[in-house]
Amino acid sequence: MTQGMRIGVVTFPGSLDDRDAARAVRIAGGEAVALWHGDADLHGVDAVILPGGFSYGDYLRCGAIARFAPVMEPLIDAANGGLPVLGICNGFQVLCESHLLPGALVRNDHLHFICRDQQIRIESTTTAWTSSYAAGQEIVIPLKNGEGGYVADSATLDQLEGDGRVVARYVGINPNGSRRDIAGISNARGNVVGLMPHPEHAVESLTGPTTDGLAFFTSVLAGMVNA
Amino acid sequence: MSRHVDTVADATANSDLEQPYAELGLKPDEYARIREILGRRPTSAELAMYSVMWSEHCSYKSSKVHLAQFGDKKPETDVLLVGIGENAGVVDIGDGWAVTFKVESHNHPSYVEPYQGAATGIGGIVRDILSMGARPVAVMDPLRFGAADHPDTRRVLPGVVAGIGGYGNCLGLPNIGGEIVFDSSYQGNPLVNALCVGTMRHEDIHLASAKGVGNLVVLYGAKTGGDGIGGVSVLASETFDEGGPAKRPSVQVGDPFMEKLLIECTLEVLHAGLVEGIQDLGGAGISCATSELASNGEGGMHVTLDSVPLRDATLTPEEILMSESQERMCAIVTPAKIEAFLDICRKWDVTADVIGVVTDSGRLVIEWHGEVIVDVPPRTVAHDGPVYHRPLARPTWQDTLQADTSNSCARPTTAEQVTSTIFTLVGSPNLAAKTWVTSQYDRYVLGNSILAQPEDSGMIRVDEVTGRGVAISTDCNGRFAKLNPYDGAKLALAESYRNVAATGAAPLAVTNCLNFGSPEDPAVMWQFSEAVRGLADGCLELGIPVTGGNVSFYNQTGTVAIHPTPVVGVLGVIDDVALRTSMAFVNEGDVVLVLGDTYDELNGSEWAHVVHRHLGGLPPRVDLDAERRLAEVLVEAARTRVVSAAHDVSDGGIAQALVEMALRRDVGATVAVPSDVDSFVYLFSESTARVVVTAAPHQVEALESIAAQRKIAAVRIGFVTAPGSELCIDSVFGETVCLSLAQLHDTAEATLPALFG
Repeated sequence: MTQGMRIGVVTFPGSLDDRDAARAVRIAGGEAVALWHGDADLHGVDAVILPGGFSYGDYLRCGAIARFAPVMEPLIDAANGGLPVLGICNGFQVLCESHLLPGALVRNDHLHFICRDQQIRIESTTTAWTSSYAAGQEIVIPLKNGEGGYVADSATLDQLEGDGRVVARYVGINPNGSRRDIAGISNARGNVVGLMPHPEHAVESLTGPTTDGLAFFTSVLAGMVNA
Repeated sequence: MSRHVDTVADATANSDLEQPYAELGLKPDEYARIREILGRRPTSAELAMYSVMWSEHCSYKSSKVHLAQFGDKKPETDVLLVGIGENAGVVDIGDGWAVTFKVESHNHPSYVEPYQGAATGIGGIVRDILSMGARPVAVMDPLRFGAADHPDTRRVLPGVVAGIGGYGNCLGLPNIGGEIVFDSSYQGNPLVNALCVGTMRHEDIHLASAKGVGNLVVLYGAKTGGDGIGGVSVLASETFDEGGPAKRPSVQVGDPFMEKLLIECTLEVLHAGLVEGIQDLGGAGISCATSELASNGEGGMHVTLDSVPLRDATLTPEEILMSESQERMCAIVTPAKIEAFLDICRKWDVTADVIGVVTDSGRLVIEWHGEVIVDVPPRTVAHDGPVYHRPLARPTWQDTLQADTSNSCARPTTAEQVTSTIFTLVGSPNLAAKTWVTSQYDRYVLGNSILAQPEDSGMIRVDEVTGRGVAISTDCNGRFAKLNPYDGAKLALAESYRNVAATGAAPLAVTNCLNFGSPEDPAVMWQFSEAVRGLADGCLELGIPVTGGNVSFYNQTGTVAIHPTPVVGVLGVIDDVALRTSMAFVNEGDVVLVLGDTYDELNGSEWAHVVHRHLGGLPPRVDLDAERRLAEVLVEAARTRVVSAAHDVSDGGIAQALVEMALRRDVGATVAVPSDVDSFVYLFSESTARVVVTAAPHQVEALESIAAQRKIAAVRIGFVTAPGSELCIDSVFGETVCLSLAQLHDTAEATLPALFG
């Protein structure tokens, strides 16, 4: 049913979870298309994932250099035009640096990198990437970051809450000091989502703590079929 | 920049010049030998090269004569595709897949500068694996620190952990296991070992040799800087002395982002068939890479050192030759393929320069500003270093130590005392949960981690279609090795072998990292020779070959050496990772069994160490025949799906094993101490060749029959209870001991954060 849906996965220098994102796309039933940071062409894909990692070594500031990669130019235009884009971890940071999403991600409040199986609650199912979840559904997926604390000014946070743009929230433990326990947000249209935890690491029971992450990828594929 | 550079012409003309060989770590007779080889005094650049390459760290001059046993006693095997002597050994795991793995020490740099020392330890071992042609797929870190509550441990441990995480996480390699051991013997000499495993197809294996006259020598990766000069000779091949000069400038500085680019770039040039030979730059930098490549190939090389890209233009040629700047590789490329090679380097933004050409002159000639500053037979630098038959002597204190058994230590005699002993051990630094450390490492990246800490072994899926995978464990109990280094090495091998088998993987091959004190101390040299003999004998008996390893000497402060610590890594193969066995209690009603026999063996145990600060007697007996039969049971049980959990019994005995199995998924059990044994001995003895397993009720008999066929005792001791329930042990000195999982969890998890958080 979702056969033929092509989802691009961008590789920046220092991207690490690009293979994992591509695998998740395939398991969800889509076709993963490798996109190269230096190629200003989206090759006609139906959606794009900016994967986790340390693009450009996270030097200067996480995502700050990747934001200027040639591939970002058509991507920013396409995202503003409604193309589904998911930024995971470092990808979330790139989306914030690109101003496709508001706010920023800062050093974890406890100052350590943290890798743990994290419980989150899906707060919005109206985005391109969360439509297959039930509202309020609680899931467990890996989280791994050193700079995952989501911050924005109060007005922005209030607006995100008011517009239903908080996509996911940490439950139980807030692992990085994110304001209002925010784990992920979307743009106003709901096509661009930034998420700090890693759904692509929770798509197989053998390698993930759960398979709870798979619905991020099936959501976008289902959305394309329905569109 | 007008400084005169010492040329070969100068060395010939001015033969009597006094040279600072002693400051570079060379002994008078070694210096005399260099003069004899060259028929003149060495130039300062040649002296620099020989000094680093003939260092203990690079030349294995004190250990070589002993390490030969790994070859001499090699078991009959057809799994070894590349053996000892290359950057890392390669084993055949079937279906055309090959795996390379190796562990190395970065002990001394990590003490001087914990973050960078540990970080570059990861970087170095990853390049070793990469240079075999393999994609690195996982890392592990066997670590040892001084007493957990010593102030310096608080300086060293957080830095080491942050360095391993900072480098490994940014590199995108899952950290799937390792060890963290505290013992005051490592005060001032922490052991930071790093293991990397890589996978490749058989046809992708590459070797470090400069073949083909006229082929080009390409240096690529990071530019060369002034960091890490003399790392191997100044740091790793000497004992730290009080009041000596600060050695921080000898520690290298890592850039994991560059290493990630280097990995992707290297794999792309290798797979494109553009490389004739390849070598990483680690200890001894360009000196090592050029001399080893030349020595392994046509025998000659001509290098123009001016072509080496520098971070610091003021570096002298001697410094360039000795620099251990990280993230550099050296490849041999034919002139026809050089443009394609450089194109791929450009794609990855990796600097690459042709610095020389392969010759058949039998000489390694290095030019600087048009003058020859090095002209040596490369083999004399790389392979024909000095070999020492160091004196060895069984320490005078060994008998006294062995006579002082743990029988003098008061043992618990009531259920209440057993309960309190369990909690004491569960919360002790060596047995406490290591979550505070391992949560700083990414264990998920690459998406093939099947098992990671705190499981008995790390396990990686190699083939996503067939599910073929490998399991790796590293182990060593330094206290056992101190009590008897021969048995201690065998015990380390046995534990690692057992840990691999517990996950359902069949043990296949061995690597090691032999951490010892000063080889100039005959007692240490005796410990070393005994440990090597034990490990070689053990591998022969188990039928698994040693594929390579590393020796770290001079781990001592003044005259006090660390416990002999031969860390042994065993790699096993599993046909389908879906059949792996985890350590967790999972299914309510499953039967709990102990496989293997328990004896009164508490010498050197965690109990004696924690409760009585006692170390003496002889370590537990090692029975490798029993270990092999036990491993066969575990592999067969996993393959036929009759086992639902398995966990090795070692530090802390059966009590600790049960606690760990219960805490893994927060599922309890009710078990009973068999009536015919002493409750304390049963729960805390560290007898070898034992595993706690669980099996579904309808499969217990099948499991027992597999065990019986291999003559392994299998005794039912209880059953798994509900999630969140207690761990209850009946018949402990006639009473039932019930332990709250929540309380056990809190006790296990609180220790490290309290010390280092």
